[in-house]
Amino acid sequence: MVNVGEILLGLWEKSGFAALSSGFMTGGWQNLVMLVIACVLLYLAIVKKFEPLLLVGIAFGCLLTNLPKAGLYHQELWDAFMNPDSPVYHSYGAIMREGGLLDIFYIGVKTSLYPCLIFMGVGAMTDFGPLLSNPKSLLLGAAAQMGVFAAFFGAIAMGFTGTEAASIGIIGGADGPTAIFLTSQLAPHLLGAIAVAAYSYMALIPMIQPPFMRLLTTPKERQIKMIQSRTVSKTEKIIFPILVTIFVALLLPDTAPLIGCLMLGNLFKETGCTDRLSDTVQNALMNIVTILLSTAVGATMVGSTFLTVQTLSIVVLGVCAFILSTVGGLLGGKIMCILTRGKVNPLIGSAGVSAVPMAARVANLEGQKANPSNFLLMHAMGPNVAGVIGSAIAAGFLLSVFGG
Amino acid sequence: MDNIGILDAGIVALLGYGVVFFGLILLMIVLTVMGKIFIAAGNRKKAPATAAPVAAPAPVAAPVCDEAAPGTAGQLKLYDTPPKTAAMLMAIVADKMGKPLNELRFISIKEVQE
Repeated sequence: MVNVGEILLGLWEKSGFAALSSGFMTGGWQNLVMLVIACVLLYLAIVKKFEPLLLVGIAFGCLLTNLPKAGLYHQELWDAFMNPDSPVYHSYGAIMREGGLLDIFYIGVKTSLYPCLIFMGVGAMTDFGPLLSNPKSLLLGAAAQMGVFAAFFGAIAMGFTGTEAASIGIIGGADGPTAIFLTSQLAPHLLGAIAVAAYSYMALIPMIQPPFMRLLTTPKERQIKMIQSRTVSKTEKIIFPILVTIFVALLLPDTAPLIGCLMLGNLFKETGCTDRLSDTVQNALMNIVTILLSTAVGATMVGSTFLTVQTLSIVVLGVCAFILSTVGGLLGGKIMCILTRGKVNPLIGSAGVSAVPMAARVANLEGQKANPSNFLLMHAMGPNVAGVIGSAIAAGFLLSVFGG
Repeated sequence: MDNIGILDAGIVALLGYGVVFFGLILLMIVLTVMGKIFIAAGNRKKAPATAAPVAAPAPVAAPVCDEAAPGTAGQLKLYDTPPKTAAMLMAIVADKMGKPLNELRFISIKEVQE
């Protein structure tokens, strides 16, 4: 006769509920808090539309990884993977053999495959025409990297190690794939916190930037109308990705994976003879990689490593990095405004923080608030795409210094 | 380099910011030179074209303007705007206004040249 009671007891003992209740004081509460955080992130993504394409995956990955006994992600396996004394040190075979579904997804983050493929998609979706028509906007992209290095300095002052500080600083680049690329190389234990901070702040750009834009510019400056830039030829657009790849990869070889993929994607877009590839990279590939990347990043948000004072510090440093990058771009814009005797609207400097095209849209919106007939979008797109290259260079620099 | 002091961090931060500027300034110079070459090449192409005697244009039949069908919104005039961009703009306007495209009438779309 089947012992129903025994079966039910067995089911209970194998359930996550039992694991949560029996181990409540030894980590169970952390799982519960993380499940609440996952639900809050899902709410922000679905209801408030905070970067939903990424945040839904990140939040759900976080939810899955914190379900006791689900066995989808094993932090201890990755700790052993990173430990030189472990027999499975740098053994992807061990991960494939013993890991769960999200461990296998995470291999793509660890190998930097996903951020690079995302960059390829970004490249295929980006029009570098505004940058080519006004190369001076590269200076604004450079100026807006101030937050990266200021936050790096701040993180060191707060007691973070060099690799951790470099990974935190790159949040100021406002470029998700770059932040994930650098953090997965330098401080993988902070990946979840940094990715969530980076994408959350990118979604909050329309709220974070405008007060500083108004604070640092006068109404007269915000009203400045910029002159239409020259039309860029097709040949220039084709040469550009090839030229940038050679130039930047020679300058900082560590940026080659990011810049190479960004420019390959852009070349697919511009050649005119690889439309199918451009379409695949922009849509199908980008969507598939986004799913894998977001869930894998979310999986790293394990309660024991996420619920720390460090995470809180990262959140604070991240917002400071964003603000300082905006300030850096605006100050660069102001200097250009003075040097050109009022021909450059300083608002476009704030778009130098990457976050394509959100930051450019915010600059355009602020310009139109000051003068409804002002169209700054195309002018702001120059610094905006320059910021992508700038943050990749910043990441390459930090990787070459701290990458060992 | 992992355990660096505050002074070293300051130096690394300044150096990093400098490297970003250096890289992008060099890139700016390269792109400016490239742009000037292309502008010059474009001007060279235009010059012989304008210098060449202009042949009398062949008589072109005047565009036949079909009478608009009943209920049509008429023809849309495009100035310096490719049809693809125009279609995208019309779709955006319809979306923002929350009205179907067939209930809106676009008379002309012109790229703003300042």
